[in-house]
Formats: sequence, structure tokens, C-alpha cells
Amino acid sequence: MNKPKPQTNLSYRMVFSLILMRDLTIALRHKDDIINPLLFFVIVVTLFPLGIGPESQTLSRIAPGIIWVAALLSTLLSLDRLFKSDHSDGSLEQMLLSPHPVFILVLAKIIAHWLLTGLPLILIAPLLAVLLHLNEQSYGALMLTLLLGTPVLSLLGAIGVALTVGIKKGGVLLSLLVLPLYIPVLIFATSAIDTAALGLPYNGQLAIIAALFFGSLTLAPFAVGAALKVSTN
Amino acid sequence: MSATHSKNVQPSLLSATNLTCIREERLLFDQINIAINRGDIVQVEGPNGSGKTSLLRILSGLSQPYEGQVLFNGQPINDCREEFHQNLLYLGHLPGVKGEMSAQENLHFTLALHGMINTDSTIKNTLEHVNLMGFEDSLASHLSAGQHRRISLARLYQSKARIWILDEPFTAIDKQGVNALEQLFKAHIAQGGCVILTTHQDLLTFPAEQVKKIALDYTFDSDDE
Amino acid sequence: MWKWLHPYANPEVSYHFAGRMLPWFTALAALLLSIGLVWALAFAPADYQQGDSFRIFYLHVPAASLSMGIYLGMAIAAFTSIVWQLKLADASAAAMAPVGAVFTTIALITGAAWGKPMWGTWWIWDARLTSELILLFLYLGVMALHNAFEDKHLAGKAAGILTLVGVINVPIIKYSVEWWNTLHQGSTISKMGKPSISTDMLWPFLFCFLGFVMLVAAIICIRFRSEVLARNSIRPWVQVLVATQVASKENK
Repeated sequence: MNKPKPQTNLSYRMVFSLILMRDLTIALRHKDDIINPLLFFVIVVTLFPLGIGPESQTLSRIAPGIIWVAALLSTLLSLDRLFKSDHSDGSLEQMLLSPHPVFILVLAKIIAHWLLTGLPLILIAPLLAVLLHLNEQSYGALMLTLLLGTPVLSLLGAIGVALTVGIKKGGVLLSLLVLPLYIPVLIFATSAIDTAALGLPYNGQLAIIAALFFGSLTLAPFAVGAALKVSTN
Repeated sequence: MSATHSKNVQPSLLSATNLTCIREERLLFDQINIAINRGDIVQVEGPNGSGKTSLLRILSGLSQPYEGQVLFNGQPINDCREEFHQNLLYLGHLPGVKGEMSAQENLHFTLALHGMINTDSTIKNTLEHVNLMGFEDSLASHLSAGQHRRISLARLYQSKARIWILDEPFTAIDKQGVNALEQLFKAHIAQGGCVILTTHQDLLTFPAEQVKKIALDYTFDSDDE
Repeated sequence: MWKWLHPYANPEVSYHFAGRMLPWFTALAALLLSIGLVWALAFAPADYQQGDSFRIFYLHVPAASLSMGIYLGMAIAAFTSIVWQLKLADASAAAMAPVGAVFTTIALITGAAWGKPMWGTWWIWDARLTSELILLFLYLGVMALHNAFEDKHLAGKAAGILTLVGVINVPIIKYSVEWWNTLHQGSTISKMGKPSISTDMLWPFLFCFLGFVMLVAAIICIRFRSEVLARNSIRPWVQVLVATQVASKENK
């Protein structure tokens, strides 16, 4: 058979970096999208001392929970960007029609999302921990759980966005779909931080979060790909 | 449009058997068979809402039909996704142009994504074909809808894909541009490609008998809508 | 190997099949539940510790296990639908979701009602109750997603993907909640654990449990039939069916 040969066959790595760089470029030219969820994170955390009272003991007791819940919510807020604009201007369907595996495309987009939302969150978290009088022994645990946990939030969240991207009022629905899936990360992350505050080893919790990370890293892109096919149908 | 081939005949480039499409409990078309060969130009006709876009999206594999299947070289498209996509160029209603990137960056991304040559000079050349010289560095958000359209059409000039599926390619394109596109289609089918398109105006430079038509006028219980 | 299943992939055949099964399920449910509930509520001995409030166990435990079972059933249907593109599997998953949500709610309410005399409070963050609550969220998410799509076929696919993601997460969530619970409460006295049960309690329980299973099967049959009709409303056999129904009503 005289099949026309593809002109330049991109390797997986090149496709991956092509999509990653594109998403980063677009986001950096549209900085509000990066800054707003971060501001939201800071404001939500600030609200708690105002609502609960400034006693440093109470605050340091609930600091891990507050920081993590705020991180969940601000990730949720930023998820929309992952596929929404690509879906509404047609570039998503072009990506799905490209000859590359959907897994690679989706993974590149999710990692771009994490670099733009998860990473800034991790960088600003110590500052907020100071505001909440987090126990000094817990800083390492806070950073490590965020480092391993926020990618899980992006990965699981991507499934939710991919399912709701074609729906007009998908925003509220998204939180209903995604938040229950975030519960295990929340539980193990906050418990790791609490354990660290007592000066005990928290490797166990970290290992479980790492397992959640690798599990979602391998499975979530397939679910996202399948969901995107439904949404662009 | 029979789909029966003897063994020594090559299967159709793109064919569809028993396609049925149901959208929001409306039957758009039922059990249609299509065979498209190299050198065909096919115009899908039908009133608004008759399922022209749905048919094109099903043929391109974006939508799943309710029943039936689409075959590329006689193979179901789901079984040869990569090869099929290398031979497919689909342009829908949406241009797929990002407002945050310049015309040149947009074209570069699209070409690279579909594995086409994309040196700076080819991109400049291609943009010239679609009359976008001088705009290559403008952010697409500063360009008009017609210009977005032309950025996405620019891909046609570089494409080596056999199958072109174009949904209303002439929207927001001036007469001169339409003419240029039709010349492009001619060259494409002369090289053994095929073009499947929807358009409201008839193709001007093609003799009427050369254009195959697929008419979608399936009517069901008329008071049912 | 699966050849015998083939006719049931046809909506019309399975519609009538569900219709034929329905009276059996209904009759069995009525029989088993009336025996089981009367036995359980009136004749079975009261618990030596918990007294009569223990009797809610006969409702709570079947509801709780059915809430998990129905979710598993949905996941199997979703899997079938995605792998074999079986449209009827979507219809059956759609039929199951609200039933599962209702049974989860029953499990939560009866759990709370059981908790009141036990712990003196309506709600306690007990591991089982908490996972039931999260399971309810998962059900509501699937149902909300299903309703958000205009096209039933797409709705079924999307809800199916979510169900599968959910079913992978259910054990993880359950494990994490249990772990969280033991961590924060030290020694939980689990009233809903698995105490050894005496035979005069076991028999009425089995009747109740099977009765509820039959009840669920009957409700799912009814819902499945209406889902099949809704999805095939443009098919001639449905139109003939509707026409004969209307005609028979007018004759009355």
C-alpha cells in the first residue's frame, strides 16, 4: 500500500514539551490566572484566624487542616483553566485529532497546570504557616505533603474538568465531583503534619500520599482522555 | 454507494457503514452508507440542524455514531487511530486559535502538533498564502474572526493528509479567498486526496458533475420537533 | 461463550425481560419483607445491652450493604458499557444510581437514629457513617453529572467514567477514613462491628436482607424499563407500545 509517510514524526518527548511550553506561554501572558487562585488561597487562610480567634495554640492545632483545605479549594478554583478555553476555541479537538497518544497530551497539560498552580502554592505555604503559628517541627512535613499531594489534586481534578468541560454551568458540579475524591489526600497530608508536630516519623503517611500520586499519575490521564472524548462528542 | 468491493479493488479511502446519529433524542440520520475514494470532492448538503456537522464529526472520529462505523482504508478508525489521524485534517466551526499567542505562534503550534514542517520561513510563506503578512507577530486576540479562520486554513497549504474534512470552510472568507481555496482543493484531489465539506454556497470552479453530494434530509414524524 | 447474552443487548428484548422479572421480584420482596420485618420487630429478642433500639439494625445493615452493593453494580455496568459499548448497560447504571443514593440515605438516617440512644448524639464521626456520607456524595455526583448532559447517551458515558473513577476510590476513601477515625478517637467502641449474632436474630435478619435485595431488584427493574423507553423513544417498537397503551386506556 502506498501510504503517505508522515513528514516529521514527533517523539513523545517533543510532543510533551510542545504542549507544556504552549500552556506555560499562554498562562504567563495571562498572569491573572496564576495570581488569582494564589490570592484566594492567602485570603481563605487569613479568614480563619479572624473567624476563630487569634490564640496561637488553637491556630497551630488547626493550621494543617486550614492550609490543606484552602489548597484544595484554590486548586479547584484554578481547574477550570485546564481545558475550558481549549474546549471553547476548538484547540482541544485539534489536539485529540493529532496522531499522538492522548495520554501524553493530557499529561503535559496537567503538569503545566501543576507548575502554574501547585508550585506557587507550595512556595507561599510556609509564609501562611507562619501566620497560623504552625509548629516548627511541621514545616518539613507541610512542604513534603504539598509537594507530593498537590500533583494528585491536579490529576484527580483534571478528570472532573474533563467530564464537565462541555457543560454550560459546570463550575459547581465540578466541586461536587472532585472534592470527595480529594478526601484521602487531605486525611493523610494533615495527619502527616500533625504527626511531625509530635516529633514522630511520618514516613508512613508520606508513602501513602506517594502511592496516591503514582496511582493517579498512571490512571488519571486515561480517565481524562476518555472523558474528553465524551465532552467533545 | 455500495460498500461491496471485490478483493483486488482497494477499499475506499474513507467509508462509513450503517451510520446512525441520535442527538438529544432526535434521529438525525439513520443507517446511511458512504464511500469516499481518492480524488473525490464531496459536499454534504442539508438544511440547518439536519446533522451536517454531526456527520463530519463522526467521519473524523470526534463523535461516536449511535450505530455503525467509519472505516479508513477498510479498517475501523478506532483500530488505526494514529495512521488515520496522520491522514486526516479536520477543520470545524471553531478555528482553534489562541488569543494569547501571535498568528505565527499559533500556526507553528498547529503544524508542529500535526507533525508538519514548520521552519520560520515555511510559516511566513504559509501566512502569505492566506494574506496574513504583516500580522504574523500580532496577538491573535487583536485579529478578526476572519483572520482567525485564515490562520486555521493556512494549515491546508502544508498538509500532506489525504482526507480533508472541512466544516463551512468559506465562512468569513472573501471571494478571492474562496477562489484560492477551491484551487487548493483541486490540487489536493489531483494528488489523490479527498475533500469532504459543507458549505452554503455552491463550489464555483468545479463542474457540477464532479462534486459528489450527500444529502441529509432525513425527516421523521414531522410534528415531533 | 457470551453468545447466550446476545439477545439481551437488544433493548426491546431486555425491556420485556425486565417486565417479566418484575412481578417475581415484587412478590418475593413483599413476602420476605413482611415475614422478616414482623419477625424482627415483634418477635426477635431484644439485645441484652441495647434493648429495643437494636432493632433498627434490621434496616440499617441491609441498607448499608446494599448502598455499597448497588455502587459496585453500577461500576460493573459502567465497565461493560465502556468496554463493550453496550448501551443498555448505561440504562441500567442510570436506573441504579438514585436507588443507591436512597439506600445510602436510609443507612445514614438509621445510623444516626441508632447513634442517638447509643452515644447520646445524632451524629458521630464514626468511620462507617463517615464513609457512608462520602458514598452519598459520590452517588450525588454521578446523578448530577448524568442530569447535566442533554444527551442521554453522552450522559451515560460521562457518568460511567465517573463511576469507575469512584469505584477505584471507594476502598481508598474507606481505608483512609477508618485510619483517620482510629487516629483521632483512640479506642472507638464500634457498635456496628461484627458481634456474634445469635441465631434467633440471624434468621429474621436474613429474611429482611433478602427482602430488601428483592425490593431493590424490583425498583431497578421498573426504573430500567423507563430508562430503556426514554432512550429508545424514537424506535418503532416503543411507539407501537405507547400507541397500544394509549388505546387500551381510552377503551376503559
